[in-house]
Amino acid sequence: MKKIINNVEDIVPEMISGLVRTNSDLLKEIEGTTAVVRNDKLFSEHKQVGIVSGGGSGHEPLHAGFVGDGMLSAAVAGEVFTSPTPDQIYEAICAVDQGLGVLLIVKNYSGDIMNFDMAKEMAEADDIKIATVVVDDDISVKNSEFTQGKRGVAGTALVEKIIGAAARLGESLDELVKLGKSVVDNTKTIGIALHAATVPAVGHPGFELKDDEIEYGIGIHNERGYSVEKIQPAKELAHELIEKIIKEFDDKSGKFAVLINGMGGTPLMEQYIFANNVLDELESKNIDVEFSKVGNLVTSLDMQGISLTIMKANDDWIDKLKEPVVTIGW
Amino acid sequence: MKLELEQSQKWVELFVQKLETNKAYLNELDTAIGDGDHGTNMDRGAKAITESLSKKTPNTVSDLYKAVAFAMIQKVGGASGPLYGTAFLDMSKAVKTENIELSDLIQVGSDGIKRRGESDVKMKTMIDVWQPIADDLKSNKLDKANVDTALNSTKDMVATKGRASYLEEKSKGHLDPGSQSSAYLFESLVDVLGDN
Repeated sequence: MKKIINNVEDIVPEMISGLVRTNSDLLKEIEGTTAVVRNDKLFSEHKQVGIVSGGGSGHEPLHAGFVGDGMLSAAVAGEVFTSPTPDQIYEAICAVDQGLGVLLIVKNYSGDIMNFDMAKEMAEADDIKIATVVVDDDISVKNSEFTQGKRGVAGTALVEKIIGAAARLGESLDELVKLGKSVVDNTKTIGIALHAATVPAVGHPGFELKDDEIEYGIGIHNERGYSVEKIQPAKELAHELIEKIIKEFDDKSGKFAVLINGMGGTPLMEQYIFANNVLDELESKNIDVEFSKVGNLVTSLDMQGISLTIMKANDDWIDKLKEPVVTIGW
Repeated sequence: MKLELEQSQKWVELFVQKLETNKAYLNELDTAIGDGDHGTNMDRGAKAITESLSKKTPNTVSDLYKAVAFAMIQKVGGASGPLYGTAFLDMSKAVKTENIELSDLIQVGSDGIKRRGESDVKMKTMIDVWQPIADDLKSNKLDKANVDTALNSTKDMVATKGRASYLEEKSKGHLDPGSQSSAYLFESLVDVLGDN
């Protein structure tokens, strides 16, 4: 394992410290935690529902990279691939509550759900109005009858963008919950890996793939997917992933948003090639893509791979996705 | 049978030792069906427990379990932090009002885990060790063989809760890491009770 780190146990605090010190006009650390909160002038001047997200580290720029005007109010970083603890989430909630309540955006992983639930209970004891939107966009796992339920993966970035824009416009906590649920229901993602990530504390890749193999349906914490297949040209990958996602939508008319997301170890060159093929394929199916974005938004350390997110959107959501924000990562 | 303060302290101490000794093994079990950090996370919790207890010696069993709960909740993260944390917090509350029977105490912990994780037996989680041990204590027949039996029962289960559930059938054939760390907890309890 080769990594630019010091001690494994210092990875998260040192990362947060570096992030905040290089972006001090945007972010500040919440003392005694590995959570960050907006530090821009508008933050205290503009009253809105606070938006807090978080999760394990190793997915950067998610979530701290999305903190800023028009997106998240605060983000809480856990250990690598491990959800943050409730006391830290609680501190973030307290730091952003302006009396209008706080919305938590949580990815559907058991650890995240439980820690955010405990933080919610702590905040409720302080009479803070609080609600949760759970993101479960990954279509590669079965529903909750058989598993923990679908995972929250790259679609989380789009959900945070839309909710953040709505919160800035002054929508109430109840309205944001309703919006969030609807956005999540219309967001579908699937990912592939060419090479697994190496968690620093473990020291070797999470699973092995031969040189000509790829894994379909991986999760963002190195979870193995549903099948190993031979690598194919980008356009065939695009075709296969689109086929899988598009059948999840009953109605293929109207407007769509697309996110091509790098998993951390995939060059942008390959991401743009894949994006080109994705747009071709969607065009050939007469699917109207009104918003598209390419980049490393929800990564999995150094995993080589890519995920495709397709969202059935309306004009309002497309506008919200296009609105400018001031963040490190969007 | 009731567990007094001195015995409880010994219990926690042995558990902490086992977590530290078996950090790599727990990581290895978790690499097979999770993300490989259960040992690292529990070891962080173990160190936090030691630190907390060295700062302030608990005067009651309730205070001891509360200190364990807070250390786990604040330092472990993931699913294990809230699960162990809730178990010990609920146990702390239960012994505060009355010095309850050991079997009832473990049942309280088991119920806490079920509530927090929205889980039950046969889902290939730590409940598959906690609940059988609570049952064994009720009929006064806890020994290391029972702990082993409960732990090994998780091997052939298909996970339907937690991160291993994404593997579906492929989760079979592996011990559940949370059940292994729970087995360390109850092996420590057997050691304290002097029944090897």
